[in-house]
Amino acid sequence: MNSVILQLAAKYLKWLLITFAILALLRGHNQPGGGFIGGLMAGLAMIFEGFASNTEQMKEILRDKPLRLTGAGLLIIFLSFIPSLVTGNIPMTGIWMKIPIPVGGEIKLGTPLLFDAGVFLTVTGVTLLFVLSLTRKNAWR
Amino acid sequence: MLLFLLVYLLASFAVFFLPSRLKKYKALLPALVQLTAFIYFLHFISPITRGISLTLKIEWIPRLGLNGEFMLDGLSMVFVLLITGIGTLVFIYARAYMKSYQGTDKFFFYLMLFSMAMLGLVLSANLIQLFIFWELTSFLSYFLISYHHEKESARKAAFQSLYITSFGGLAMLSGILLIGSVIDSYSFNDWMTHSEMLRESPFYFPGLLLILLGVFTKSAQFPFHFWLPGAMQAPAPVSAYLHSATMVKAGVFLLARLSPVLGGTTEWVYVISLIGVLTMLTGSYFAITQTDLKGILAYTTINALGVLVLLLGINTKESIKAAMLFLFIHAFYKATLFMLAGLIEKKTGTREISRLGGLIKYMPLTFIFALLALLSMAGLPPLLGFLGKELIYEAKVQSPGIASLVLVLGVISNIFMVAVSLFFARKVFLGRPAHYAKVPDEKGIAYLIGPGILVLLSLILGLFPGQLGTAVIKPALIAVFEGDADVELKLWHGFNQVFFLSLLTIMLGLGLFWAMIKRRTFTETWRKINGIVFSVQLEQVFAWVMNKFVEISLMKTRIVQHGYHRYYLMTIFVFTSLLLWSQVLFTASPAPGLSFSFSPFYISGLALVIMLTTFLSVMSRSRVVTIIAMGVAGYGISFIFLYYSAIDLAITQILVETLTVIMFMAILQRLPHFAVLSSRKNRFRDFLIALSFGSVMTVLALKAIQVNLNKPISEFFLENSYPRAFGENVVNVILVDFRALDTLGEITVLTIAALGVFVLLSTKKRKL
Repeated sequence: MNSVILQLAAKYLKWLLITFAILALLRGHNQPGGGFIGGLMAGLAMIFEGFASNTEQMKEILRDKPLRLTGAGLLIIFLSFIPSLVTGNIPMTGIWMKIPIPVGGEIKLGTPLLFDAGVFLTVTGVTLLFVLSLTRKNAWR
Repeated sequence: MLLFLLVYLLASFAVFFLPSRLKKYKALLPALVQLTAFIYFLHFISPITRGISLTLKIEWIPRLGLNGEFMLDGLSMVFVLLITGIGTLVFIYARAYMKSYQGTDKFFFYLMLFSMAMLGLVLSANLIQLFIFWELTSFLSYFLISYHHEKESARKAAFQSLYITSFGGLAMLSGILLIGSVIDSYSFNDWMTHSEMLRESPFYFPGLLLILLGVFTKSAQFPFHFWLPGAMQAPAPVSAYLHSATMVKAGVFLLARLSPVLGGTTEWVYVISLIGVLTMLTGSYFAITQTDLKGILAYTTINALGVLVLLLGINTKESIKAAMLFLFIHAFYKATLFMLAGLIEKKTGTREISRLGGLIKYMPLTFIFALLALLSMAGLPPLLGFLGKELIYEAKVQSPGIASLVLVLGVISNIFMVAVSLFFARKVFLGRPAHYAKVPDEKGIAYLIGPGILVLLSLILGLFPGQLGTAVIKPALIAVFEGDADVELKLWHGFNQVFFLSLLTIMLGLGLFWAMIKRRTFTETWRKINGIVFSVQLEQVFAWVMNKFVEISLMKTRIVQHGYHRYYLMTIFVFTSLLLWSQVLFTASPAPGLSFSFSPFYISGLALVIMLTTFLSVMSRSRVVTIIAMGVAGYGISFIFLYYSAIDLAITQILVETLTVIMFMAILQRLPHFAVLSSRKNRFRDFLIALSFGSVMTVLALKAIQVNLNKPISEFFLENSYPRAFGENVVNVILVDFRALDTLGEITVLTIAALGVFVLLSTKKRKL
């Protein structure tokens, strides 16, 4: 596929989609969404950009991102267990803290969000890894 | 106690991290630790003689009976003193012996770790914990035996010992679990208090046999004894340590430990005595025909282990007293002899007895030490060995029931031992000096410290055995045999039955020795007869069994792991559907009161579309049509989710469906042309399997609505989602909070799968 319009559009649409994915991640705790869904979206966004350009370019764009994303995701998941261990709770207990906003109200931040972010990154990475492995040229030689 | 185990652990790792300036002292660090431990444990002797035992309990998983439990009583004390004391000497010896080798860091690391495992083993008061240390010693001895891993024989011997001892270890674990299940505890103290109950339970005999299997493999009892001579492939310090104070003594320790709990029954006495007697005879008999210095020593070790096991099997006060004393005697002379054999090998370059001789001229000190140790082994006065032999005879004389037989066989085996000891001394040190490549010497004081101290101890304790008896043997005896005991060791017992037996043994031993020396053909013919009578060697039997095992596994693998993906899938589907069908039919519940309705029409229409597209995807001859049809079916299902307000599920389904289509598209152009390869019959078979699997899943789904075993957990989630986890989206809260561990597992599996795909597809195809 070699469409300049699509290529250019994909470049920006990708960020829109990723923003959307992050939104899905953040709202996940109270409304439909979450790390898994967000991660799939983000992965698809990047694949979209890759498909719009050709495979060689796609490889250049993504290179070893998928492996790093996956690793980082798993690492964040493990990091999210540390607060519960430090505070002497049962491992993986959700630890929350409230940060008041000057404008009014407050934001609740907790380890489940961190956990979900880890899931997000891992799923993104894994999705990319699958598709990228399948589309590699030398894989089919 | 626990502190010292940690110190040992640290010391073993510290060997690697010594600054290069101190590297040459790396053997002395473990030696120092061992010595400190020896002194530390020595100062517990006075409370222990007063009958106090030290215990320590660390709860780990109390509900499963898995706790760290340590105990230092008289019995443990005997072993602890041997392990730490001889350990010190072995490390000092190893400093000189290992100088010329490469990679000694690893060697000292393994040896120190091994000492720790051994120490942990004898201090354990929980059977499961004991098993862990037990396996550790097996495992580490593998590394020690295979130290010269570039030699095939060393690797083979190491594998042999590992297979045999860990086979026994597993049997032992099942035995422990079997017996422990009676009272639901693996703590030694609980076993002690409920020993009556354990002995009367139906699990007693099978459990005992399994535990004994562990003991017999570890302590090189007949018919598992053959791994021990193989283990002489290890460097001399390892042999000295393994044969004298550790490894093979672990089995003896466990027997002694368990004898107050499980001992005293007829099964105990007969099984153990029989094996002990057989081992004793095998060891002494084959020791005579060996030509390798270490080979001779290895078989005498087997003999000694047989004696120890026999004594513990007889299970009287006298026999256990004799066993405890003999433990010391054997450790002293065997460590000495192995160290000296290592020294001789180092200096002359050979261990073959026929190429040695006249060494007294070059190595006078070695000769004196070796002679004393050999005399102790032969059981001649005034050494400790004599005392031990007297006590052993006494125990055998008084053993109930089987006394006469055991006594006769014991005398025979001791005759062999006398002859072997004298033969060893005569052949190696006396006679005409053999031709050596370079003149042997005995330089290196570190070589002789260990043997010297041990021989001296043997001599002094032989002459003045009183202290040893009251301070060490007596508490051990009390630990094994409850109640009071008086242990009065004397060199001279007076003219009694036992004395005359000793006399007879020595006379006949001298006769045998004379025959071996004077008649050159005597041992030759003996060896020949052995070659014919014992043409089937256990080692070969073992090798045959292992080979067959590998062959059978290969055959099994070829059948089960055939490599055809379609047949794997078929197997899975057929078996799963059969299992599910039988489950559905067996637990037939009243016909579910299902009511079908076609309203609202758009949902029933959607269902129709899904069914049609599924059908299309199967029937179509174009891949594109198949993929699109499957996509339509998937999206249709997500709409149904949506209708029943499972929004998260629907979104996920849509995304995954999209991804699937994308992935298919990515590989579509690279697939070969579509072709129908399977026959009509095969397709019909696949159709039946699919039908069966699909319908059973449908039935299960329908049943799942009806069955309500417990109060569903969904209510808990709904109630607690917001108050406890601050989330209104219950699905998400379950994923990231209530069931975070599951999610972690799933994510990890996903990652592994992705990595698998990545690696598989990025490996270049090799030309076949």
